[in-house]
Amino acid sequence: MEKYSGFGLFTHSLSCHENWQRVWRNPQPKKKYDVIIVGGGGHGLATAYYLAKVHNITNVAVVEKGYLGGGNTARNTTIVRSNYLWDESAHLYEHAMKLWEGLSQDLNYNVMFSQRGVLNLGHTLQDMRDIERRVNANRLNGIDGEVLDAKQIQELVPAMDCSANTRYPVMGASWQPRAGVARHDAVAWGYARAADALGVDLIQQCEVVDIVTEDGAAVGVETKQYGTIKADRVGCVVAGNSGVLAKMAGFRLPLESHPLQALVSEPIKPVLDTVVMSNHVHGYISQSDKGDLVIGAGIDGYNGYGQRGSYPTIEHTVQAIMELFPIFSRVRMNRQWGGIVDTCPDACPIISATPVENLFFNCGWGTGGFKATPGSGHVFAATLAQGEASKLAKPFSMFRFYDGSLIDEHGAAGVAH
Amino acid sequence: MFHIYCPHCEDHREEEEFHASGEAHIPRPLDPQSCSDEEWGEYLYFRKNPRGLHHELWVHAVGCRKFFNITRDTVTYEIKEVYKVGEKPSVTSSEKNQ
Repeated sequence: MEKYSGFGLFTHSLSCHENWQRVWRNPQPKKKYDVIIVGGGGHGLATAYYLAKVHNITNVAVVEKGYLGGGNTARNTTIVRSNYLWDESAHLYEHAMKLWEGLSQDLNYNVMFSQRGVLNLGHTLQDMRDIERRVNANRLNGIDGEVLDAKQIQELVPAMDCSANTRYPVMGASWQPRAGVARHDAVAWGYARAADALGVDLIQQCEVVDIVTEDGAAVGVETKQYGTIKADRVGCVVAGNSGVLAKMAGFRLPLESHPLQALVSEPIKPVLDTVVMSNHVHGYISQSDKGDLVIGAGIDGYNGYGQRGSYPTIEHTVQAIMELFPIFSRVRMNRQWGGIVDTCPDACPIISATPVENLFFNCGWGTGGFKATPGSGHVFAATLAQGEASKLAKPFSMFRFYDGSLIDEHGAAGVAH
Repeated sequence: MFHIYCPHCEDHREEEEFHASGEAHIPRPLDPQSCSDEEWGEYLYFRKNPRGLHHELWVHAVGCRKFFNITRDTVTYEIKEVYKVGEKPSVTSSEKNQ
């Protein structure tokens, strides 16, 4: 792998940037791998990278029916934070946060991780009680957090209306300074490039149509383009389509797929240098380096696989943003899109063994998977390498829905992800 | 935007008046005391999540506040039929155990 550096940029400029190496190979699949990862999004590619890097398992293939990072990795609002309430999820997301902090160096790829801080606003007394509880829980778990009042928020975000004259006045917020945003596509590409350099085969345009099993154990996948590819272990990281794959393997997952949408405005001059989220009025907003405002909405209430959202949801979101930022009233929206999120009943992911031996699932990240990408890949790689759930993954077993040990992050961590 | 026919109001209304309440036709266990953990887990948390035809329970939340069922395609979002609670759907998927 050609190492990226300032010097490299300079030398390539001498040949008019025409001789850059391809970022990854485009290999034909082998007959058999140690591990096959189904799904070439951020989580799947991160899993492949950590399998190769941490566990020395390099005979790995990532099979992707479309192109790398073309699903929810390309569709999210890029927010990264770790201020979750419950210990299990706080540990998992904080693990991801620590990996984020060194990710660009680790991958030799600029993922543009910008720790510009995240505000989670409170508009009611109960919001403020929840925020104080969550910040205290975070600090006990070693996660940075502060409770700010309206005046402090106003100093931090001058463009926001923190006065008492709004319909739902801002009373305070939780503030996580280490949180921020990252360039979503770069995360997928960086992991893909680094995994490829370690020998992982990235196989695009290869759709899995069945999980091949023998005596109740997975032995490979059946693909539309390349027939059967064998593997000792199979890991599925396919977000919205997890239920479809689980059905192929003959079991059910407690997941429902919903459209989640986001929108961006036309680019404007820098006006917002942090991330503002509000659970109560339900909207979240940040400004990208390009200058466009990135706005997120809630999920549509019904199940859906169409990658588009409904207009009432956009309307509610824009209303919420307008309430907070009257200054944006004349900004025109540029694009709007939807992704399919696989939501769990307790709003926590599933990183788990399944009723089928040697088949593992990493899914159910719902509306907040992007922030966990490095951590998710790291713990799922450990799970695949050991053949059983790693320590951080253990509470996220799919069997928690049978024994009742749910991790109820609904609302606790802020519905707005 | 859905334009949904409420079988109780006998009128088409906009999506915003309704609320989706998930999968339809989930029977409550007849003998709850003797259910295993697996059976309770399945009943409470495990839902069909088909890519295609789905029978769903909806409520006319800011209208008549009554529940009814919809058969809808989860890919095209086309509403195939609307029927009352207690009735059977006439449009069904040929695929088993979806």
